[in-house]
This record gives sequence, C-alpha cells and structure tokens, in this order.
Amino acid sequence: MEDCLAKKMEITVSEAEKRTGRNAMNIQETYTAYLIETRAVESQSEGPCAPVESLWRRYSEFELLRNYLSVTYPHIVVPPLPEKRADFVWHKLSADNMDPDFVERRRIGLESFLLRVASHPVLCQDKIFYAFLMQESGWKEMVNETGFQLKADSRLKALNATFRVKNPDKRFTELKHYSDELQSVISHLLRVRARVADRLYGVYKVHGNYGRVFSEWSAIEKEMGDGLQSAGHHMDVYAASIDDILEEEEHYADQLKEYLFYAEALRAVCRKHELMQYDLEMAAQDLTSKKQQCEELATGTVRTFSLKGMTSKLFGQETPEQREAKIKVLEEQIQEGEEQLKSKNLEGRDFVKSAWADIERFKEQKNHDLKEALISYAVMQISMCKKGIQVWTNAKECFSKM
Amino acid sequence: DASLTEVNSFSPSVPISPSSMINQYKFEDAPELRDLFITVDDPESHVTAIETFITYRVVTKTTRGEFDSSEYEVRRRYQDFLWLKSKLEEAHPTLIIPPLPEKFIVKGMVERFSDEFIETRRKALHKFLNRIADHPTLTFNEDFKIFLTAQAWELSSHKKQGPGLLSRMGQTVRAVASSVRGAVKNRPETFTEMNNYMETFSQKINLLDKIAHRIYKEERDYLNEMKEYGPVHTLWSASEEGVADSLKGVAGCLDRCCRATEKRMAALAEHLLPILHEYVLYSEILMGVLRRRDQIQGELDSKVDALANKKTENDLFSEEIGKLEDKVERANNALKADWDRWKQNMQWDMRSTFTNVAENNLRYYEE
Repeated sequence: MEDCLAKKMEITVSEAEKRTGRNAMNIQETYTAYLIETRAVESQSEGPCAPVESLWRRYSEFELLRNYLSVTYPHIVVPPLPEKRADFVWHKLSADNMDPDFVERRRIGLESFLLRVASHPVLCQDKIFYAFLMQESGWKEMVNETGFQLKADSRLKALNATFRVKNPDKRFTELKHYSDELQSVISHLLRVRARVADRLYGVYKVHGNYGRVFSEWSAIEKEMGDGLQSAGHHMDVYAASIDDILEEEEHYADQLKEYLFYAEALRAVCRKHELMQYDLEMAAQDLTSKKQQCEELATGTVRTFSLKGMTSKLFGQETPEQREAKIKVLEEQIQEGEEQLKSKNLEGRDFVKSAWADIERFKEQKNHDLKEALISYAVMQISMCKKGIQVWTNAKECFSKM
Repeated sequence: DASLTEVNSFSPSVPISPSSMINQYKFEDAPELRDLFITVDDPESHVTAIETFITYRVVTKTTRGEFDSSEYEVRRRYQDFLWLKSKLEEAHPTLIIPPLPEKFIVKGMVERFSDEFIETRRKALHKFLNRIADHPTLTFNEDFKIFLTAQAWELSSHKKQGPGLLSRMGQTVRAVASSVRGAVKNRPETFTEMNNYMETFSQKINLLDKIAHRIYKEERDYLNEMKEYGPVHTLWSASEEGVADSLKGVAGCLDRCCRATEKRMAALAEHLLPILHEYVLYSEILMGVLRRRDQIQGELDSKVDALANKKTENDLFSEEIGKLEDKVERANNALKADWDRWKQNMQWDMRSTFTNVAENNLRYYEE
C-alpha cells in the first residue's frame, strides 16, 4: 500500500446539501449533494498546507463510479456504497431518505467508500477515480466514453442464473458459499439488533414516567418530598440517555452493513470466475466437438450420431472436394479455437491469481475491521452500563434519603 | 420491659399519649421485642363434593402469657382471612387494617390455582398477618387470637356467633345514610388534610403501579429479543476464521446480559410490584377508614344537633353525647396515631423498595 492515493491525499466528504433540479426526464426532483474535499498531504509536517480542492457529487454519481470500477476490475472486491434506502430501521428511526440523521450516516458511508478505494493498491490508480475526486464537470461523459457499459456482462445481472460449471476452482465455490452465509447472518443480526434497540428504548422511556409521577407525588409529601423529587430527576436523566446510546449504535450497525454489502461484492467476483470458467468450458467443448468432426470427415467413420452423417448416408456421399473444403474450414476453426482456448485459459488463471490475491487482502481487512467494530460495540455497551450505574447510584442515594 | 407493660395495658378508652406512641415505634423497629411470630406456608389443595379450595398452614410462635401454648399450627383458607378482616374492621372502624390479597385477579388472567397465583397470595397473606401482629392495638384483638389458635371446627362455631347478618346490614344502612347527610361538615382540619393527601396519594400510587407493570412488560419483551441476539453471533462465528473467537466472546456476553436481565425482572416482581400493589390496596382502605371516621363524627354531630333542638332530657342526652364524643375522640386519635404509623411504614417501605430497585439495577449494570 505504499503508493496508494490515501497516503498522498486527504479525502473527506464534509457536507451534505439539499438541492432541487431537473433530472434526465426533465422532472423536478429534490436530491442531496455531498461535498468532497481533497488536499494533498505534504511529506514533511512542517511544510505549508496545500489548498483544499472541493466539488459536489450526488449519490447517483457515486453509483456510476462504482459500476465503472466493478466492470473494469472484475477480479477486485470493490468496496460497497452505503445503502440506497434506509433498511433495518427500528421504529424511532425514520426511513426517509431526506431525514438529517440518515443523510449524516450516508455522508460518513460515502467518505468511507472513497477512503477504501483510495487505499486499494489497484483501484487508487484509476484515472476515472482520480477525476471523480478532482474534476466536477465533464466527468460523466468521461466515464461513459470508456465504454465500460459494453464490457459489462449482462449475464451477471441475472442474479439467479446458474451456470453449469464442471470444474470451478474449489476455493471460489467455497467463497461463494461463505458470501451467502455472511449475507444471511449479518442480515439476521441487523434485524435482531433493530428489535433489541426498539425494546430497550421502551424500557428506558417508561422510566421517564417515574420522573413525572415522583415529582407530582413529592408535592404532597413532607419528609419524603425531597428524596422523591431528586430521584424523579434521575429517572428523567435515565430515560433521556437512551437516545444518544442508540444513535451511537447506529454507527455500529452501519459498519456491519458495510460488510453485508461487501459480501455482495465478494459474491460478484465469484460469479465472474464462474462465468469465465463457463465460457472456457464451452469453448473447450466446442473445440473438442470440432476436432471430432474433423476426424470423422478425414477418416470417414462416424463415431457419434449426427444428423449430417445420416443425411449424407441417405442422400449420398459428398464429393472428395467438398470434404476437403470442409476439413480445411474446420482445421482453421480448430486453430482459432485452440488459440482462443489458450488465451482464455491464461485469462482464467490470471483472473484466479489476481482475484485470489485481492480476496486474501480483503479477508485480512474484514477480520481487522470486524474485530474493531465488535470492540467498539463492547465499549459502547460498557459506557451504557457505566451511565446506568451512575444514574442508579444517584437514585439510590435519593431513595435512601426519603 | 416498661414499654411492654405499658402497651399490654393499653385499652381503647384511653387516648394515646405521645410518649407511648414513641414506644410503639420502638416496638416495631426492634424485632427482638416481638413476642409473636407468624408464618404462612404450605398451600394445600382440598377437594370436596361442592368445591375445591386451598388452605394454608399458619404457624404461630409466641411467648405471650394470654396464649395457652407457645406454638400453634392451624390451617386456614382465604374465607377465614376475609372473616378476620371484617371482624377487625368492625371492632376498630378507624384503625387502618392491612389489605388482603384480592379474591381473584381477572385482569391479570392468572389461573385461580396456578402456582404463581397461589405463591403471590401466600406471601400477601403472610404479610397481612404479620402487619396485624405488629400493630399495637390489633395484635391483642380477640378474634385475631382465635384465628391463630383455634382448630377448624372451633373457628366455624366461633364465626357463627357475634352480630348477625341483619345487624351488620343495619350498620351499613346507617352508614350510608349518614354519609349521604353530608358528614363532611365539622370535620377537623387534620382529617380534611388527610383526605386530600389520600386522594392524591391514591392517584399517584395507582400510576406507579401501572408504570412498574409496564416496565416489567417492556423488560420481558426486551429479554425475548435479546435471547436471539447471542445465538446469531454464535452462528456467525461458525463461518468465520479470524473473527470467530471475538464473535463467540460477544455471544457469551450477550447471554450473560440475558441472565442479568432475568434477575432484574425477578427482583422487580419479587419486591417492587407486590409493595406497590399493597399500597394501592392500602389507599383504598385508608379512604374507607376516613369515611368511617366521618360517619362516626356524623353520628355525633346529628346527636348534638338533636340536643340543640330539643333542650330536654339533658342528662340522658349529654351522657349519650359524652359517650359519642369520647367515641369520636378515640376514633380520631386512633386514626391519627395509626396514620402516622402507617406513613412511617410506608415511607420505610418505599425507601427500601426503591433502594432495592436501584441496587438491582446497579447489580444488573455491573454484571
């Protein structure tokens, strides 16, 4: 990672702004634009700071960038974007795309995306990516000019299409299973977490009712009054504390979501391998059948049943000249086919090699990130408990003074 | 020693002096001075041709002279407790008789003979008898003694004695009549204050009871969701290599959290909920006591009015009035003393209960 962009440049998505404009179909719409700020980092800390450059991008442009990267680097596990729509919400969280909390979390997610791309040894060198960061106007045209959409294999879009691949690389098959499992388990976890958050919210908030009633009750009590009143205050504090706690937890959920989407990217790489392998096997099959045909024509034996063979038997043999012509055509095709097969094989092996390298890199990154996320979650829980201890210690004191 | 004899010679016709009141407080706070120990346990189901019911074993240990033996064991059913309560109310209309658990909780949808219900009731009955035993006046009540000591057939025959149903009904009719006549006039300031206090208190305690139940429910819902949370992490760890241990660690912690939550809930159910419920019932009882006091006062007032109007047969009337005045005075004092005592108790109960809740929460968070 010596030469990656992230080391040379500070990248932040610093702001989000609501905008209205006309879209491709000339219909008025509201969208959010995000400000990307970049600044070259001087190697010496003493040097004067370089100026900050900035430009605005909207979510759809990020999507375009990512699609371009996925197609152009099929062997790379491309970092995912934050979710398009709010998912796994518990009831107090709004599912509205325009909700400020959602926009804020998306801003963080987009920044994380850019940083991940910039830290990737291969992706960071891409010119389109660089232009995305630096060049506001004309970037879309630049991307489209690369013609990447033509490269995109439409077969990959059919998510459930299965290719009967006879000899896939076992590692990729395992990886695909893993990515499916990862997706399923993280979804499950996020769902449960959302429900737990909802319930926890309920528990805390009802304690707020204590505060109100204690306060009203304290009005009629003499000796108990002060104790009740201050205890009530602590109950209010307790009830209010849950909002911050759960907001912090949302960031943890976002970290998990990133890997939920990463699983998708992982799966995509596996499927590309499958596709390549499939093409390879198809080509090999085709070659074999052509060779067979050639042999049959040359030797005049019919090893396998073919309609042509039958018809020629029924309608008379071909002339030797015809046969020669056919054999020649086939030989040419076989030649081409063998070359193609060779290059496909090479392609396939290269793909497997470079893909696997990136996958190893990804695995390390994933383990590291997940560990950190779990640790931060534990820290959050500890902090929540500490707050709880504080509140109830105070409350206990008030109660004992009643 | 001196305090004990003073209490023993306590008779309803003597207004309570402040010093003896203090002694009464000491009597409660120092369990070593207690001479009556009661436990309610061992619920047993009995089936007859007509009905099925539960009896509870009531064990009494005492050093008091007026008890023939030092240990008693009897079996009582809920009806018997109801009888005792009504006898106490009759004998001491302006004393605060502790609450009995309700007959049958329809709202909670608890099975009449479910273990949970029986256990809750047993605890409440135990508390009921002990509160009576701790009460300076009620503890020496004759019916109370019989309740604790009589065999089943003795108790039935004793129950049949006493003012019949008709006279009891007569009392109720008179009570209703006098309350309708507006017994609120001439009410001493203290009791108006008490009334106002009780109204607000009753409101607040009912609210607290609801809140506590709601919290319990929310915690249960939370627990149910949490029960899934740990296993998800364990499931995940099965497909991971590098992170598997961390995930298993988290799963373990989440399971511990579940257990801590269960403990917290159990503590709520054991300590806070019953006390709040008891005081909800108490607030009803106290309103009743205040009403009865008003009735007694009403009787006095109407007689005084009658005297003012008649102006004849002074002697007879004034004797009657004198008696009534005494009665009112006694009733008032009894109530006042009992009220203070009750409030002390309540304060103490609330304090310890909520402190307990706080402690439980602390324990929960520490775990």
